[in-house]
Amino acid sequence: MKREKKVLIVDDEPNIIMSLDFLIRKEGYELFMARNGAEAMEQVEKHLPDLIILDIMMPDIDGYEVCRQIKNNEKTAHIKIVFLSAKSKQSDVQKGLDLGADKYITKPFSTKFLMKEINAIIND
Amino acid sequence: MSSVVVILLILFYLAILFYVAFRIEKSQSLQKKVLSNPYVYSLSLAVYCSAWTFFGSVGMASQNVLEYITIYLGPTIMAPLFYIVLRKMIRISKIQSINTLTDFISARYGKSILLGRVASICIALGVIPYVALQIKAVDLSIDTFLSWGVEEKVSGDSFLSDVGFYFVLIMGVFILLFTTRGLESKNNNGGLVGALVFESVVKLIAFLLVGVYIVYFLNDGVQDLFQKVADTPIQLNQNNSYTEWFGMLFLSGIAVLLLPRQFEMAVVENVNERQINKAMWVFPLYLMLINLFVFPIAIAGNHLFEAGAINPDMYVLGLPLQAGKNVIAGVALIGGFSAASGMVMVSTHAISKMLSNSIIMPMVIDKGFVSVWFGDKTHKIPGFFRRISVLLVLLLAYGYYVVTSSKMPLVSIGLMSFVAIAQLAPTILLGMFWKGGSLKGALSGLLVGFVLWFFHLVYPSIVEIGVLPEFLTQWTILENTASQTSAITSTLFWSLFGNLFAYVLVSIYSRQSVLERNQAEIFVDVFKYSHAYESSVVWKGTAYFPDIKSLLEKFIGTYRTEEALTAFSNKHNLKWDQNSLADGRLVTHAEKLLTGVIGASSARIMVATVVKEERIGMQDVVDILKESQELIRLNKELMRKSEELRRATEALKRANQKLKDNDELKDEFLYTVTHEMRTPLTSIRALSEILSDHGDELDEEQKEKYISTILKETNRMSRLISQVLDLENFESGKHKLQLDYVNMVELIEACVESMSEVIKQKSIKLKVEMQKNMPQVLIDFDRITQVILNLLSNAVKYCDQNNGEITITAYQIEKKIKFNVKDNGKGIPEELHKIIFEKFFQARNQTIRKPKGSGLGLAISKNIIQLHEGNIWVENVPEGGAKFSFTIPIKSKY
Repeated sequence: MKREKKVLIVDDEPNIIMSLDFLIRKEGYELFMARNGAEAMEQVEKHLPDLIILDIMMPDIDGYEVCRQIKNNEKTAHIKIVFLSAKSKQSDVQKGLDLGADKYITKPFSTKFLMKEINAIIND
Repeated sequence: MSSVVVILLILFYLAILFYVAFRIEKSQSLQKKVLSNPYVYSLSLAVYCSAWTFFGSVGMASQNVLEYITIYLGPTIMAPLFYIVLRKMIRISKIQSINTLTDFISARYGKSILLGRVASICIALGVIPYVALQIKAVDLSIDTFLSWGVEEKVSGDSFLSDVGFYFVLIMGVFILLFTTRGLESKNNNGGLVGALVFESVVKLIAFLLVGVYIVYFLNDGVQDLFQKVADTPIQLNQNNSYTEWFGMLFLSGIAVLLLPRQFEMAVVENVNERQINKAMWVFPLYLMLINLFVFPIAIAGNHLFEAGAINPDMYVLGLPLQAGKNVIAGVALIGGFSAASGMVMVSTHAISKMLSNSIIMPMVIDKGFVSVWFGDKTHKIPGFFRRISVLLVLLLAYGYYVVTSSKMPLVSIGLMSFVAIAQLAPTILLGMFWKGGSLKGALSGLLVGFVLWFFHLVYPSIVEIGVLPEFLTQWTILENTASQTSAITSTLFWSLFGNLFAYVLVSIYSRQSVLERNQAEIFVDVFKYSHAYESSVVWKGTAYFPDIKSLLEKFIGTYRTEEALTAFSNKHNLKWDQNSLADGRLVTHAEKLLTGVIGASSARIMVATVVKEERIGMQDVVDILKESQELIRLNKELMRKSEELRRATEALKRANQKLKDNDELKDEFLYTVTHEMRTPLTSIRALSEILSDHGDELDEEQKEKYISTILKETNRMSRLISQVLDLENFESGKHKLQLDYVNMVELIEACVESMSEVIKQKSIKLKVEMQKNMPQVLIDFDRITQVILNLLSNAVKYCDQNNGEITITAYQIEKKIKFNVKDNGKGIPEELHKIIFEKFFQARNQTIRKPKGSGLGLAISKNIIQLHEGNIWVENVPEGGAKFSFTIPIKSKY
């Protein structure tokens, strides 16, 4: 039986989590949530998700740092990362991609587009 | 006393004098050293003290008591004015290459040749008798010395046995040697100046020595002598006349500036204007020293000799001779000789220069026979005519001396000379300070003054001497007044009055020519023009460069011409070749160079021979002058402007940097704003998309939750927008406060009331402590409410979540209202106390966990409080929690 793919959402904005919660579950992925960078690292270690939807501007550890730590850890380097951030400058996007992220999507996003990308990346 | 000894003594003295002059003349460096020394300059002014001073002062003191002192007090009083008058004369002369008094006069009045001639004749008439007087003094002193105790006169009838003749001869040789050789190539007469200073020192020391001897050795000091006054024929101020005193002071004050020999030493030989500063005190000091023993010697003489036994002018010699002290008498003789010879040398030099430059040369210089005579040695022309005029002056002086060698006292001729020189005062002094003085005015003034002088003063004395044929003496118009000096004063008054009157009146009613106007401008405003002078030349015409060059070569030699032209072309960045036209500046410069050698008049004539000059209209001059003034003004303006520009650039740089900073701030602000907007927008969009795409898959509860979230986020956005706009308004100063007198208690109560719901919900304990009788404050009610609500809601958010406690206090402190909100939360780290009031503080400091807000509330509050001229700040309270406070100054209506 096909193992259910695990998705981790990291965002400090509860409303975003609320909307993603519905969309991810609908696709049939197992969902984990984190409200900040520290929580995110905890969840990654605990559940080893296939894909992380990562906000950048968060209290304590920011998204870039989370990404860097994940990509630098052999055990977690394979995890797909999609940045979902309000930071929309080209330099911000480039920085995210340079850190090894698979996709950088700016807020506000189209739900259809986001899900299409997530589906594509997670099954790659 | 053997005449051989006297002759040897004088020859020895002359040898030293020639040696000094020769040494200085030969060595360039020594000459420079001598001329640039301010003490040398000051001592050279002492040429003022002639034989008249050395012998005549005592004579005058023996008759008129203290009146002799006026002749030295006048210059002393004048000395401080050197800085104003003499400095200006020097500056003008340097700029215009003026080297005689008459050139100075004629230059001022449009370089008029006629005026130059009139002035030099008048000056020569006035001064030559004065030179003759020196000859007489020398003759008299040597005669006195030789014939002391001898009954019969030693001198014979022939001029060959006349001391005066030999004196004139030696002076002539000296002057020719040291002032007319190499005329074309020298600017200053270092040798002459050196010799003169040597003589100034000699005569001072001699007089002091003789004075000390007479006062302290022949008599028992000054006190003893003053006690003898009673026994002597001296009557203290028998006709004490203040007008005379004033007249004499005035006269000598003018003479010290305008006597040709003074002008020669003080102006022409001056190399540095700053020397005046020294001369202003050294010269009066010299005058004081040389007069120290005059009065005691006069008393001693009057006491010793019976009235009429000996000429009082010779007391200085007679007293030591009478005592048998020939050495002291010898010192006195040399002193008197040096005083006389110094005066003769400089006066002759000055007057001969005047005569040759203003009269003789202009008459002959462009005549054919002159060029035939000199052939290709034209540069010898100035020297030749100068020598001729030196001889002429000396001959005239000697002739005058021979004719009038009578009993006229030394002082009297000297004073006559002074009055003649005083006639120049309106023309020169007024001309230097009043632009209105015109050529016609100057001519009229001079003529009127000199005619009055002649008939009032000279003519009667000639008549008295009896050298005139009988029929001419009938012309005596004016009564010869009793007192000698009162005749001088009254002549001075009337001649100067007529002179001044004619000068001013004719000047006012006559038109100045363009050149006159221009020269007047340069003279009066010389300190303004010194620099721009050459560029403001009033000249229009055509001249070819080669003509100008060959003219210069003729008179100043090829080498110096080349040098001068190169310097000039470098200075003005001009280039010329064989065919180029000379521009106005060059022509003027050439004339200036020539003026230094052959005098202004001749220079003008010579330049005119090679130049086709055009008439200049008044408008041209006005334009040129305007231009040069404009140039100076522009230059100053330019400097000021460039300084301004530099400052502006700096200010601009700063402003630019600030703008850049502001721009970055603005970028950051915009970025933060959009970022803050994106967050609610993201939720709204995502949730609405879900609702629209999957509405049927959601249950009612979920739908409702989504919709209410969308609404909440929408509110958040609109709040954010209005706050951003608020902030923008405050920061740009667009927002104006709506000020009213407000009761703070009521305001705070209203705020608390509107928050009571939330407070109750969170079961927060709220304490409100307010001073009851707070005065009304002039504030914007809505804005202060906004601040208080913001602070309150922050307190509600950050106070302890379970046992929240908030304390509000408000009271008057000094002339301020103070408001505090204290919570019992975690407090705020010290380092954030300042930046917490910056906009989007939270957005930029994500590491601090805070309940969400727009991040603009405190920034807006700060702006509002600042608009009220108050302060807002935060501090932590010891028991935990933060306390926000603000103060607003009370502008109460009471």
